[in-house]
Amino acid sequence: MNLNGNTAIAGIGQTEFSKESGRSELQLAAEASIAAIRDAGLTPADIDGTMTFFEDTNDELQLANTLGIQNIRWMARSKGGGGSACATIQLAASAVASGAANAVLVYRAFNERSGRRFGQPPAASGPVQRDLHLAMGLDTPAKIYSLWYKRYMETYGLTNEDLGHYVVTAREYAATNPAAWYYEKPITLADHQESRWICEPILRRLDCCQESDGGCALIVTTRERARDLAQPLVPILGAAQSQLWNGDIMFDYYRDDPGEFPEAADVARQLWQVTGLSPSDIDVAMLYENFSPIVFMMLEAHGFVPRGEARDFVKSGQLRIDGQLPTNTNGGLLGEGYIHGYNNMTEAVRQMRGMAANQVKDAETVFVSSGRSAMILGRG
Amino acid sequence: MAVKRDDDFFWEGIDQGKLLVQCCSGCGKLRHPPRPMCPHCQSLSSESVEMSGRGTVYSWLISKHPTQPDVEPRTVVLLDTEEGTRLVGNMLAGETVKVGDRVQFAVGEFRGMRLPMFTTKGA
Ligand SMILES: [Zn+2]
Repeated sequence: MNLNGNTAIAGIGQTEFSKESGRSELQLAAEASIAAIRDAGLTPADIDGTMTFFEDTNDELQLANTLGIQNIRWMARSKGGGGSACATIQLAASAVASGAANAVLVYRAFNERSGRRFGQPPAASGPVQRDLHLAMGLDTPAKIYSLWYKRYMETYGLTNEDLGHYVVTAREYAATNPAAWYYEKPITLADHQESRWICEPILRRLDCCQESDGGCALIVTTRERARDLAQPLVPILGAAQSQLWNGDIMFDYYRDDPGEFPEAADVARQLWQVTGLSPSDIDVAMLYENFSPIVFMMLEAHGFVPRGEARDFVKSGQLRIDGQLPTNTNGGLLGEGYIHGYNNMTEAVRQMRGMAANQVKDAETVFVSSGRSAMILGRG
Repeated sequence: MAVKRDDDFFWEGIDQGKLLVQCCSGCGKLRHPPRPMCPHCQSLSSESVEMSGRGTVYSWLISKHPTQPDVEPRTVVLLDTEEGTRLVGNMLAGETVKVGDRVQFAVGEFRGMRLPMFTTKGA
């Protein structure tokens, strides 16, 4: 979708990221939302649209009534879990670009660690019914996704140790980010290799994201409006979604080669086309990594490196702050926290404002991807 | 009248020791997972055909409970049947594989459930 930079992210907010927030998901949503609204220099009465994930438990009207939002004129949700993180911004931007809303509150909040954990099998709390996937032992995201990660690793000869180089890099960023769960806790490759197997021979414990409690929110409005608000302008240059025939968000096993991640290739193709930018124009990347292998698959599918070359690109330090493509500068979902990809979007905005904990010098473009949706943000 | 699930025939086959895959009556293409319409010719008619049971491992992992790593690990396989469909199964208890290994269908049980399982023995 060509947004021509006519829409912008005007505000960001987040709670702390923890393993036990001690408060309701609605409170986390309200805290993150009011932080984003105030960050933009707005009040709740200025918000007239809401956007979140299909899976979010926080009812829009309950949140509006809690915050004091007076009149919602546009309300929508996005399907597809974390893969649609950037889709929520695309939809909100579409709403403000069309005039359906003036300012959309995009939010996600949960107690994903102290409450219902995504990483635990549903079978733990009830009887198992026969089906084509869960009953076969594919009952957590780590296992479900590993069958396609394994295809990628097999094709290009990656070992789990190769993944470890990404994890060490992400934990370096987290170590210097006070908001990160793993602040001041860097690891070595040996630490990674000593962590126990979750899905042998693909994922070890340290390849997995940090199940977290917390909330994030962003305010999307027009460029015109954002220019007069409190923060430096962060325009949305383009945003895209892709769902291709015979794909599946989780059990993506039945297409020719699941390891190629064709949706990630498609969202990037759309973005390069509508923005006129190319991978070499990107200063920072924020790539949704519920698990480490997906970073390698996305680097290739998005076109940042040729197929099969992500391993050497990562190993040679190109994702570090002084590398060719500083990536997941907050520590990512496995170093900072897992707010379903939203914390990678708030970090992208900080990079464009020049106020990130690990700021990439003179960064002017950031490529934010959640795989099946992605966007490019710029600077005013 | 109870509505049948689209994959009921698959499990009825497993209970009879057969590996059944849906085949379009309109264009003859196999499809899995089972769906109510053929995505190639949009026919709503299909039958189930029995596979030879021979296949090749396309991907695999050893599945462990995330918080109880040593409880009943299972080898999960994604495999291509020689007829050209792809499906998920388990290896018989204790068997491990690598990509490209040839396997043969064999029904097995896990916690009292009959599931499509495979073995490298005799494949
Ligand atoms: Zn057909």
